[in-house]
Amino acid sequence: MRYFVYGLTMEPISLCWQCGNTAVCELVCPVCSSLQKPPTGFFQFFGIPEELALDVNALQSRFYELSRKVHPDHFAQKSAGERECSLEATSILNDGYRTLRDPIRRAEYVLDQHGFDIGEQRGNNVPPELLEEVFELNEALEEIRSGDDSARPQLEKAEQDFTAMLTASDNELQQEFLNFDRARSDDVLKKIRGILNRRKYIQNLVSEVHKELSAVRG
Amino acid sequence: MGTFQIDFGDHRKPRVVGIDLGTTNSLVAFMDLTGPRILPGEDGDKLVPSVVSITDNGVLVGNSAQKALMTHPERTVYSVKRLMGRGVSDVQDELKLFPFQIAPGSDSVIRLQLGKETLTPPEVSALILRQLKKNAEAELGEPVTQAVITVPAYFNDAQRQATKDAGRIAGLEVLRLVNEPTAASLAYGLDKRQNGVIAVYDLGGGTFDISILRLHDGIFEVLATNGDTHLGGDDIDNLLIRIGLEDIASEWAEDISGNQEGVQRLRRAVIRAKEELSFQPSAIIDLEYKGKRYQRELTRENYERLIQPIVNRTLGPCRSCIADAGVTVEQIDEVVMVGGSTRIPLVRQAVEALFRAKPHTELNPDEVVALGAAVQAGILSGDVENKLLLDVTPLSLGIETMGGIVEKLIHRNSTIPASATQQFTTAVDGQRNVLIHVVQGEREMVKDSRSLARFDLKDLAPQPAGLARIEVRFLIDANGILNVTARDVRTGKEQSVEVKPSYGLSDDQVEAMILESYEKAEADFKERQVREARVEADNILAAVEKAKQNPAYEDLEEQERDAITKALNELLVVYHSDDHIFIREKIEELNNATQKLAENMMNTAVRGALKGTKI
Repeated sequence: MRYFVYGLTMEPISLCWQCGNTAVCELVCPVCSSLQKPPTGFFQFFGIPEELALDVNALQSRFYELSRKVHPDHFAQKSAGERECSLEATSILNDGYRTLRDPIRRAEYVLDQHGFDIGEQRGNNVPPELLEEVFELNEALEEIRSGDDSARPQLEKAEQDFTAMLTASDNELQQEFLNFDRARSDDVLKKIRGILNRRKYIQNLVSEVHKELSAVRG
Repeated sequence: MGTFQIDFGDHRKPRVVGIDLGTTNSLVAFMDLTGPRILPGEDGDKLVPSVVSITDNGVLVGNSAQKALMTHPERTVYSVKRLMGRGVSDVQDELKLFPFQIAPGSDSVIRLQLGKETLTPPEVSALILRQLKKNAEAELGEPVTQAVITVPAYFNDAQRQATKDAGRIAGLEVLRLVNEPTAASLAYGLDKRQNGVIAVYDLGGGTFDISILRLHDGIFEVLATNGDTHLGGDDIDNLLIRIGLEDIASEWAEDISGNQEGVQRLRRAVIRAKEELSFQPSAIIDLEYKGKRYQRELTRENYERLIQPIVNRTLGPCRSCIADAGVTVEQIDEVVMVGGSTRIPLVRQAVEALFRAKPHTELNPDEVVALGAAVQAGILSGDVENKLLLDVTPLSLGIETMGGIVEKLIHRNSTIPASATQQFTTAVDGQRNVLIHVVQGEREMVKDSRSLARFDLKDLAPQPAGLARIEVRFLIDANGILNVTARDVRTGKEQSVEVKPSYGLSDDQVEAMILESYEKAEADFKERQVREARVEADNILAAVEKAKQNPAYEDLEEQERDAITKALNELLVVYHSDDHIFIREKIEELNNATQKLAENMMNTAVRGALKGTKI
């Protein structure tokens, strides 16, 4: 079987859905110039290597470039088959851009592609090293909800501390992203999943504290 | 005499027009070589008031319907856009102010009782669209079958679907629904600035939108949008009407709020005063009705105090939109004003204060959306190159899960087309179908969200509970309308999905309406042909009357004169029939009977002309 390069990732050759006899290795059939059914993987679609520490500016340029090629606006007067391919391709392009431009979503996507479960339970379990702080925080939250304003300074400090922790885990993630791109090992992905879960948990805490504080601040 | 058929070749593309189907006014525009231009109606007006009146002699649309609002308010509809894609319970408040009645049996689709006819909002909108189509055809001199129609950016799925249905009923293939603020940004040609961030503030008759876009070498990428589909100039009118009614009740000791003719006259009076107040320091609400007169002076200061709360309602969505776009006020390079209500000085002040920039008001705010729609039509027909709109969905899409909680699948401000897939299974052994309830909105609970539709995955193979794996794909297309497909994960087979829209018409209902409107269009067409035949008859009758005065007539033989008289009388007899073929037949006969006369007259004229010429 022959292979072609769709961007940088190898994909098996397929025949043009329209003219049927041409091997197509691009978005557009070189013979009948019909738009082809797109690959569904985001990295393949963008034609970029699967890297977690990708260059977001380059991704954006690629997004604009591909939009000009596949957007339904350019196929309004074409056949129903091509219109369908265009709709399909553009939805993958947009979903992919939305996913890949955000580091957290990008990491979740790569984890999912590598068979890691990032299910519902994520972010619900208290990371053991935070148990004590979370316990105290919950008490303070109870107090402020019952109208006791004395817990406010404590909450404000907690908001700061946890926000700092978020920044720390973002830095940590960035480091692991580079590690993954170099080593491409499941161990690194496992580590990333751990950081993501912890981050999600802290994120929830911060938003809750923020919500309560905004309520008392009015 | 034959005419020359000039052949421009067969490479001509279909004409795609851009339509702004507004709450108060509608316009149609077209992109030609010089740029987008509005195509006026027969009366020369560019704005077609979005008013439809059902009379005993047919349908009136636009200015004529506007007049009928005074004489037959109960059969005349305005601001129908506010009813599009809505249920009766959604619009109780505004129905109180509308002069027409709701037909019994209305629930998920509103039915308006207009004289003997019952029409849904998409059908009323279709009548407006049909008028615009006709105007465009008259102006362009060829049939128009494809259109781009604009909708408020904040329109939900049902409202968009209703607009698309209206297009279909009017005999138009709707190539794209474009969001109004986005269209406006195209018209402004802001892509001359190659890169930058712009905000479009669009306050129309009935809807408010705010959109923030990033421009990048001809790509218009919407970053975020927000708005209120029930906020606009109508709200100011209604506020002033209420005040007027109260004044009148105390001054005249008479409550005229139940009298539709009186209310509509007052409505016209307050709109006039409102419009004057945009340019003058004060205006008078002036109403003469049933021999009595109500006058109230309104200073701009008082007026602004009254409408301040309405204007302020636009600011919250603006702030949310800025935050959602991930930009700061300082990063917004330009602000564009769209919609008639942005003529109000207080609105301009509020926008200037919020965005800390002087808003663009160079283009007519009533026309800019239609002009932009024409540009988008040009993009779709391939006439405009290098411009591309990337729009977003204004509302999150989710499904109902256990406990009436919404699970969001596609978040608001996602670039469209956008999709999400979700797997479903069965809860009971042998379960044959799965019902998926799709909602739109930002709230957590289903009861606080807008129900969109129920999708029924039918005819599942009976299996133990939890074994079925049905993958459902939710796809929002470039029009912002949801499409749902499903497949069985294990067999890979397509799974049938039955759609039950919560608000709006089913496909079958739309089909029936298209058929009915087609029949009406046939009647329209026939009527036009009769009218045209009569105009032709008028011309020849006048010409023959005049020719009878010519000496050449007396030179004819008696039997030739008799033949002319006979043909003339026969034409007069069929003139008032509604058979255009018959009329044309008689025109032809008269034409033949006068052939000799015409030749003689011509010879005389030539001789006369030669007399003074030296040879």
